[in-house]
Amino acid sequence: MKEGRVEAGKRSHRVNRADVLQFIMKGRAFLALIVVFAVFALVSPGFLSVANLIIISKHVAIIAFLAIGMTFVILSGGIDLSVGSIVGLSAMIAGGLINEGIRLSRFGIIVYPRIWMVIVITLFAGVAMGAVNGVAITRLKVYPFIATLGMLYVARGLAGLRNNGYTFSNLVGKPEFNNTGFEKLGADSILGIPYSIWIMAAFALVAFFVTTRLPFGRHVYALGGNRRAGELSGVRTKVTETTVYVISGLCSAMAGLIIASQLVAAHPATGVTFELTAIAAVVLGGTSLMGGRGSVGGTIIGAFVIGVLVDGLVVLGFSSFLQNVIKGVVIVAAVVIDQAQIRMQERIALQRQQLKMQT
Amino acid sequence: MTEPSVFRSDAAQFESNPNSGVIMRAENITKVFPGTIALDQVTYNVYRSRVNALVGENGAGKSTLMKILAGVEQCAEGRVILEEEEITFRSPLDAMRHGIGIIYQELDLCPNMSVVDNIFLAREILRNGQINKKLQKQRARELLVRLEHDIDPDTPVGDLRVGEQQIVAVAKALAQDANILIMDEPSSTLSANEVDVLFRVIGELKSQGISIIYISHRLDEILIIGDYITVLRDGLNVAEEAVAHVDLRWIVEKMIGRKQSTLFTRREYRTGQVLLRVENLCLPRLHGGYQVDHVSFELHEGEILGVYGLTGAGRSDLLECLAGARPLATGKILLAGKEVRENQVLRRIQAGIVLVPEDRQQDGLVPTLSVSHNMILASLRKYLDRLGLFLTRRMEKQATDSMIQDLSIRVADPQALITSLSGGNQQKVIIAKGLLTAPKVLLLDEPTRGIDVGAKSEIFEIMERLASEGYGILFVSSELKEVLAMSDRILVMSKGAISGEFPRAEATEQKLVDVTATAVDKSMFDDRRSQ
Repeated sequence: MKEGRVEAGKRSHRVNRADVLQFIMKGRAFLALIVVFAVFALVSPGFLSVANLIIISKHVAIIAFLAIGMTFVILSGGIDLSVGSIVGLSAMIAGGLINEGIRLSRFGIIVYPRIWMVIVITLFAGVAMGAVNGVAITRLKVYPFIATLGMLYVARGLAGLRNNGYTFSNLVGKPEFNNTGFEKLGADSILGIPYSIWIMAAFALVAFFVTTRLPFGRHVYALGGNRRAGELSGVRTKVTETTVYVISGLCSAMAGLIIASQLVAAHPATGVTFELTAIAAVVLGGTSLMGGRGSVGGTIIGAFVIGVLVDGLVVLGFSSFLQNVIKGVVIVAAVVIDQAQIRMQERIALQRQQLKMQT
Repeated sequence: MTEPSVFRSDAAQFESNPNSGVIMRAENITKVFPGTIALDQVTYNVYRSRVNALVGENGAGKSTLMKILAGVEQCAEGRVILEEEEITFRSPLDAMRHGIGIIYQELDLCPNMSVVDNIFLAREILRNGQINKKLQKQRARELLVRLEHDIDPDTPVGDLRVGEQQIVAVAKALAQDANILIMDEPSSTLSANEVDVLFRVIGELKSQGISIIYISHRLDEILIIGDYITVLRDGLNVAEEAVAHVDLRWIVEKMIGRKQSTLFTRREYRTGQVLLRVENLCLPRLHGGYQVDHVSFELHEGEILGVYGLTGAGRSDLLECLAGARPLATGKILLAGKEVRENQVLRRIQAGIVLVPEDRQQDGLVPTLSVSHNMILASLRKYLDRLGLFLTRRMEKQATDSMIQDLSIRVADPQALITSLSGGNQQKVIIAKGLLTAPKVLLLDEPTRGIDVGAKSEIFEIMERLASEGYGILFVSSELKEVLAMSDRILVMSKGAISGEFPRAEATEQKLVDVTATAVDKSMFDDRRSQ
């Protein structure tokens, strides 16, 4: 009798320890962020200064925009390789609109749109590029990898063609054209926090609600978890899938605008390889590349981990080569831990069950 | 089916055979999956040069046991003894090296590759590091001739009939020098003629000293071909006996256990007006002909309409057409007198027709979502707030909780992953998902497949209650007894068409089998004539 009780006590203790371990594993991205912050703060005293933190957040914001869009795509079981190129093309579109306006040759005039119109047109261009991805994937049955790889080339090519490979520089507009103020998007701030970070927070908040509280979000999860089951449950899979690429395109265009504004210039090579950084942030945030599992919150943390890591390594004076090595190791390690957590969860479920059967 | 009595074995005869005895023995095997105990301390003997039949209802643990013996799965407890030596198989390849071959129910052949390439897949015969095509082809031909099938080794497997594919699978196992051959429901997709050939092949393999494990749902076959029989039920080994000493009744009793009488009960019923009328429903097949062939029928309010037929008869296709999941389907569907035109799942659900699909894992549940989120997936629009924008947790929870109570789903936490539930409870969640769309017609495709006996009778109770509440239920099952016990009326399907219809009072097991069999025979006759 006594022995039995001791035995039972031991078991529950073991399960509790597993619970704690699992809690740590689940919050690992956040823990990683704290560790990275702590290490850099210790090694480099200036790291935690307000000025430095704002610079870091600005970088993080760019990654976060792309990663939020990418989260939708990856949750649905797809991939979007075109985000970096869409960033570049969006920047070029915005830069062109400000510096060259819209030439209406029939009337022999040039229209210079207001800045808010520039922003709307650019965002719309991002939406359109995402829609092309979505239609290619859902209607023309091209694999997401291939469709977005195509868009990666096309959009980058168009970005170069827009100004023959040259940069649109000095994007401040002209008072006489009523199109000044583009630089404010990247430079100004409210309550000491830059616009870009506010906008990023707004995007994140909306994305959070969409994924957790909207039927559309639930449909995206179902699409990635088991497309056929979703279909038989009445999910309009094609519409849902197209929409995730549209969202990704929109987020990419936003990132393009902010980069162009921060630099006060639009360069056709803006955002090269950003798609990989975005995927890395999503994966670091615990979203499964197989689809159906993950969260926007995790992605934001993932974006912070990457942003802080990169900036911290720069502050410490690591070479860009070594930075790449470290980034690569961190990303793969994150997935290794992810897999370990899934296995552990299964094992705990089995243990619980065996316990239940024995009692 | 003609009874090839030559294959009837005599237990007394081989007990004196010096070669007889146990070649492989699985001792106290235990295997637990999330949600179920698949095997509970099972001990299983395989006799040398004999046909060892293994039977049990769906979910009894047959497949799991075989996967362990074939090295596909590892067991939590227990050991496997081969030729008096304890062994552990780490992989299927490992088991293969020990002479254990397995032919899966879903044949593990690559349809895009030729017969010879399939037979030697991953065991290619090499010469100077290159595949020796000539020798492979010669060997393949020898094997096929030995199996009485002169199939051209260069034919792509996808072009063969299922029966021929089965022969290729046997040849593949033989090419691996299998000593023990596991056959998982080899006859389920074969025609009567092909079954005869298969039996001759088995007889020959046996005389060549090969031990065979034969899994089948067709119990009459086992009496013909089996030497020993082992019955599994709910993960337990409940009986082992020489086939000579048993009869059909014995097997059924062991399989079903004492719960037999309590399992199936459809009480008095009264059906109402015509709820669903289907006229000339057709689904064309890719290479000509029809998967669903001009099907017309009516379903009444409060009626459970059973659809019986062999695998591939088009039952599931019929249900999927009705559910709007087959864009190519044509025909007229009238629900409560109104024609349902749009051929889309969402529209059909909105109209009141919902499908509970056959393959729970493939088509039913989203494994990455929780119990609650799976359950409400098809009816999300009902839980929106007043703005019609956000899902409200309160309403979601209300719906989930009421269904959990209504269908007595055993779940500790609705937020837990669906995969943590047992098969029966998963099935109830899928049914709940359908019910939450407020349907008029429920299409249940094999709702009791792969769940334990207790859960089965619960599913039947639910069906009965729903019928009494006025739902029309179309119920597909390949288990004769289930169809007979639960249906108010029975449609028999074969080759995509309805080949018979019986009201409850007239339906008997014999009649259903006769209709199925004659239809199959006839279609085979047609096949031959057209060739």
